[in-house]
Amino acid sequence: MPVTRRLAISLYRHPRVALLLLLAPPLLWLGVVYLGSLSSLVVQSFFSLDGFTGQVVRRFTLATYRDLLTPANMDIVMRTAGMAAAVTLAAAVAAFPLAYYMARYASPRGKAALYLAVLLPLWSSYLVRVFSWKLILAKEGILNWTVQRLALGGALDWLLGLPVIGGPSLSVSLLGMFVVFLYVWLPYMILPVEAALERIPESFLEASADLGARPGQTFRQVILPLALPGVIAGSIFTFSLTLGDFIVPYALGNSALFIGQAVLAHQGTSGNIPLAAAFTVVPMVIMAFYLLAAKRTGAFDAL
Amino acid sequence: MPSRTAPGPHQARASFGLKAATLAVLLYLHLPLAIIILYAFTTEDAAFTFPPPGLTLDWFGVAWRRSDIWAALSLSLRVATATTGVALLLGTLAAAAVHRAKFFGRETISFLVILPIALPGIITGIALRSAISLLNIPFSLWTIVIGHATFCVVVVYNNVLARFRRTAASQVEASMDLGASPFETFRYIVLPSIATALLAGGMLAFALSFDEIIVTTFTAGQQETLPIWIFTQLTKPRQRPVTNIAAIFVIAATMVPILLAHRLTEGSGGRAGR
Repeated sequence: MPVTRRLAISLYRHPRVALLLLLAPPLLWLGVVYLGSLSSLVVQSFFSLDGFTGQVVRRFTLATYRDLLTPANMDIVMRTAGMAAAVTLAAAVAAFPLAYYMARYASPRGKAALYLAVLLPLWSSYLVRVFSWKLILAKEGILNWTVQRLALGGALDWLLGLPVIGGPSLSVSLLGMFVVFLYVWLPYMILPVEAALERIPESFLEASADLGARPGQTFRQVILPLALPGVIAGSIFTFSLTLGDFIVPYALGNSALFIGQAVLAHQGTSGNIPLAAAFTVVPMVIMAFYLLAAKRTGAFDAL
Repeated sequence: MPSRTAPGPHQARASFGLKAATLAVLLYLHLPLAIIILYAFTTEDAAFTFPPPGLTLDWFGVAWRRSDIWAALSLSLRVATATTGVALLLGTLAAAAVHRAKFFGRETISFLVILPIALPGIITGIALRSAISLLNIPFSLWTIVIGHATFCVVVVYNNVLARFRRTAASQVEASMDLGASPFETFRYIVLPSIATALLAGGMLAFALSFDEIIVTTFTAGQQETLPIWIFTQLTKPRQRPVTNIAAIFVIAATMVPILLAHRLTEGSGGRAGR
């Protein structure tokens, strides 16, 4: 009997060994390289930077977290979390019409086409899609041109004049950033909401109507609660992705930093890896709580 | 998926408002890419005046002669190819392990595979970066590939696992019983049954890797992939349309594989969703 065959037979008899052989490479990669890096990151957040030498002191300390809690840094955290919340809410609202149309009205062919129309922007060219808004929001660009044509210049100026979200132009303001975040993450919300809506049996809606509910009531009391797990599943993506992004704030923001930019700045120019690490622990903790809360609502079944 | 019953009489057709809102969202999702294409032809060097003052094809020639673009493109292609290879190997192995046995920690493997794409990319990026600097590893093609493969394993894993679940294990046993060597069984039974899933997963991994920027920023050091090149151009108001041409290339290089992968897995249980 050739040796490979004897090997195959013994592997068949010892499934544990076969399993171990299959698992070893992916486990080494994800378990050791990836989880190892993640833990080294958390460990580094408990180191500190020596202010004089600029070297990282490898001794346990909470000093870096004290730095993180200074008002300036907490501003960054709150600004990012606020943006993530706003983008998530807006995505939930904006996702509904398309998701509802897909789930209830589109023909099978139309549905397949719409599905692809949502899937493509979700998968492809993230950076390019952010870049496109640089062109759209530019002062001389298409958005301003349209606004002037529609004689809405006054309204836009008023919006940009608002405190906090306003700015000199849409291409450097929180408002513009919000539009772009919504644009890049919206597909992540549409798909789970559509899946949740599709699972609502038609008979529920008929029963609701038969019992005398107006369409608005049916929507609020039947459709919305049943779609909620889908919304929560989608919100995990929109929230988490906004928390960790630095491309959009870099491309369209002003001097007000976001968590991602702070991480990049601290690990890069100032070489303060402990503080950068402490900054990334923030989205990790926020997302851990978020996921726990989401799990309780049963959102994972809608993923 | 339960078959859809006919809509009730109260809602046989979508209202005008719903159709309008659906169309508006679709336009919002897709018009911006048209703008990118439009501005690749503008005659302006440094601004994005709308409508463009004139149209020209000159920028394609300019882009063709820019050696920095070619260098970035070549690096991106090499990274995406290597990443696809690693992701195919690791994703298939993990899927095979999870499929063939119920073992302690099976859920953990699924979780571990999904984690890199569920956590914000910046966490993966800085984690790898800090490990790289702790271990004093010099930046190279492979530091980028390590970062990319980490979050690309999941797409291969998903596709192959879905395919394994629809393939009967008895075929493999029959092949072995009939005297095929392990290699023959793999070549003639296992590989054909998962081939399209591998192809689909591989193409998704390629597309994901080709336009990734967040993790790459941390693991590339001084090297420039095509997305990083585009990113650095954002602050340079010179030869702007050349950036658009590179952007068009990224759109094509990511959309075409995704469309093909979608075709391959259509109605077959493989998932193109994350």
